[in-house]
Amino acid sequence: MSVLTPELLANIGKQAPPRTEVVTRRDIRKYSVATAQRDPKFMAGDEAPPLYHVALFWDVVPLEELTPDGVSVDSLLPKFPLERAMAGGLKIEYHQPIRPGDVLVSNRTLTNIYEKEGRSGALIFYEIVMQVTTEAGEPVLTETTTRILR
Amino acid sequence: MTEATPKLEALSVGQELPRLEHRPDNVQLMMYNAALWNGHRIHFDLPYTQEVEGYPGLVIAGPLIGDWLTQCLLGWLGSAGRMTQLEYSNRAACYIGETLTSSGQVSSIDLKAGTAEITLAVLNEAGEVITPGTAVVAFD
Repeated sequence: MSVLTPELLANIGKQAPPRTEVVTRRDIRKYSVATAQRDPKFMAGDEAPPLYHVALFWDVVPLEELTPDGVSVDSLLPKFPLERAMAGGLKIEYHQPIRPGDVLVSNRTLTNIYEKEGRSGALIFYEIVMQVTTEAGEPVLTETTTRILR
Repeated sequence: MTEATPKLEALSVGQELPRLEHRPDNVQLMMYNAALWNGHRIHFDLPYTQEVEGYPGLVIAGPLIGDWLTQCLLGWLGSAGRMTQLEYSNRAACYIGETLTSSGQVSSIDLKAGTAEITLAVLNEAGEVITPGTAVVAFD
């Protein structure tokens, strides 16, 4: 029996409102220190390390919108019948480096929801694509996240 | 960076990248999650993490482990090229107090395209792969 109803599947294609963020040298340096980067250009904040965008586009929501364990709920996602998150994967294509002063736009789309039968029951997979561009629309990077719920 | 930057023509399949060790402490993990603005308790609230979630210790954030893969790759690549693609998945958790190792191996070479594919992994102290990945690098 399928755990995915037509109502749930209708969420495929849903898009989050675009977000625009300004890249600062200070934020690159904080990220570089926190990840113990070894390359001086990252530590000086001249260029952002490859996963800096994870920090740049992390959700910022009011405290009352956090769950008791301190997590912000992704507004792109419907309420799934399975809730325990398992390992997820990330695939990123890089088009150009990120530097201080850049103004970047992210567009997130829920691109797929599907299920598979696991050893101990149904698993729900979903996929979110985040396209990061300059304000002029030039591609900076494309990130595809896959998460599994059991 | 004392080692010479790699050259595409001189690469061989199976060649290993220099390994890096990572041993984050509470301060680093706090700063990492602060840099993200990630308030997930399993990264800083030890009683909650152990008593409610049942983990043995504070959980090292998944994308921080992913970052180590890029450090291993870029530490080897230097200015010889750029990473055009990265893929990884966090398969098993690891905790504050552990020493993790990032590693890589050349898995294929395309001289015509000027690219190489590198298989990456973060290993725990038992030598188990907790975060496998791959990257594509384009040589200048």
